[in-house]
Amino acid sequence: MKEYKILSPSGIVGYGFPEESFAAGVALKPDLIACDGGSTDPGPYYLGSGIPFTNATAVKRDLRLMLKAARELQIPLVIGTAGGCGADVHVAREVGIIHEIAKEEKLSFKMAVISAEFEKPALLEHLRAGRIEKLGPAPVVTEKDITDSTHIVAQMGIEPIMAALDDGAEVVICGRCYDPAAFAAPAIRAGYDKALSLHLGKILECATICATPGSASDCMMGYLGEDYFEVEPLSPGRKCTPTSVSAHTLYEKTDPYILPGPGGHLNLLNCTFEAVSDRRVRVTGSRFVPETVPTVKLEGAREAGYRTVSICGNRDPLFIAQIDTIVENVKKRTAANLSANFPFELDFIIYGKNGVMGALEPAPQITSHEIGIVIDAVADTAEHSAAVCSVARSTLLHYGYEGRIATAGNVAFPFSPSDIKVGAIYTFSVYALLRHKNPLSLFPITYEEVKA
Amino acid sequence: MKIALRNVANVIRSKNAGPFELTLDILLKEKEMFDKIKAADIINKKTIAALYRVAEEDVISIVYFPNAKAIKATIVRPLASGALGERDVYGAQQHAPLMDFVFEL
Repeated sequence: MKEYKILSPSGIVGYGFPEESFAAGVALKPDLIACDGGSTDPGPYYLGSGIPFTNATAVKRDLRLMLKAARELQIPLVIGTAGGCGADVHVAREVGIIHEIAKEEKLSFKMAVISAEFEKPALLEHLRAGRIEKLGPAPVVTEKDITDSTHIVAQMGIEPIMAALDDGAEVVICGRCYDPAAFAAPAIRAGYDKALSLHLGKILECATICATPGSASDCMMGYLGEDYFEVEPLSPGRKCTPTSVSAHTLYEKTDPYILPGPGGHLNLLNCTFEAVSDRRVRVTGSRFVPETVPTVKLEGAREAGYRTVSICGNRDPLFIAQIDTIVENVKKRTAANLSANFPFELDFIIYGKNGVMGALEPAPQITSHEIGIVIDAVADTAEHSAAVCSVARSTLLHYGYEGRIATAGNVAFPFSPSDIKVGAIYTFSVYALLRHKNPLSLFPITYEEVKA
Repeated sequence: MKIALRNVANVIRSKNAGPFELTLDILLKEKEMFDKIKAADIINKKTIAALYRVAEEDVISIVYFPNAKAIKATIVRPLASGALGERDVYGAQQHAPLMDFVFEL
């Protein structure tokens, strides 16, 4: 069986990659260029608001190189989770960029765009039919969670991508996508082992994070054979070792042996990782265990109010010693001033105390000579959150705590204006599994002949 | 003999495993130390619960992964990534209690 070669240019479209590494990959005549475009890591804001977390200029730079190379080599280009979160609005941004590039570079091709976003009535129907299951520690999904959400997507597996390629698509732009699927689907369609293809996809979706030194902004090459796959970074400054590749299997996962995904899980208990050279690693023994009824993962976010923050610091030992009491009293004063009018949340993040770990912080006391303070005010409207932040900030600035000696002002502001209006904020509202006999039907595909 | 975890590990890190879980990875330098820690059951649900001051039932799993000389612990996030009052959207700075962990072998 001929080796199937996959070029993964970057950890996320828009994170960039060196042109020399990419050219080295293209010179190896890959059968596929694929790149992951998203993650839930940057938090709920980007899915909820519909704003991509990747920058349009950076995305265009990356996509231009990928698209030109794929058309030149006459191989498919598959982009997973377009626009960072893969709702229709994110996908539309990426499709717009593809059109611009096609025009500028005079490229023509058949493009498939796969939607991963749900209409609320359809999802409510699934919920009422008992097809939505709780996932790990995430809360049980209610009808209100669905109706309150601004965007709800599902992670597609390999099926819609394979269908798009069957229909002759040369460029496939996916909405929310199980990260390995963009890499695995074309390989599985070409007759390669499902488990190995998915496991390779799992490694390639992070590009060179599995190498040493690791990076999400450099190119990785994957080679699939009949009963193995191999990975090798394209920059001479990096290498893959059995430890670096097997260690990557741990990254961002609950369990390194059992990796659940759409339609089943990868079982890596009997995997072996061996060095082929000092920079290339061969993996064997991956298994795929299908589910009786396939599931896809749902992700949704809803608006959670409006935020205004103020950043300041304190360098006074008397103030620092009383910080907990001071914060409590400023909260009380602010509430007394405003809470008759509207509900709000007021939080003080104290760097130097527990600003990074919050409730998980084990250190019992502040040992720093200075502390950083972030006032976090969230309310139902932008104006209300600004009012809460403003009252809390001025109260804190002039609060007369016990034994105060420095009476001019309690905090130092690095900026004027001191208060930063963040705008609407979001929270994850749906994180669950949807059981469905025919997952292909959940992801509608549209085709377009893109003309130069 | 008292051993500081940070002296025998190459990597000690934390990261989200999805928005509702926090996963902690310890990659040890030597296979021998990995085997000893595993045999003595140094890192278990009780250790992690104590270090992070969470209930033992909120420690989802502890996995020893010999391929990478690694130990992985996953806990329920006290607050979901990006929720009100939450402090670390990526979960990438929750490793310090493990770094300060000292054990007896």
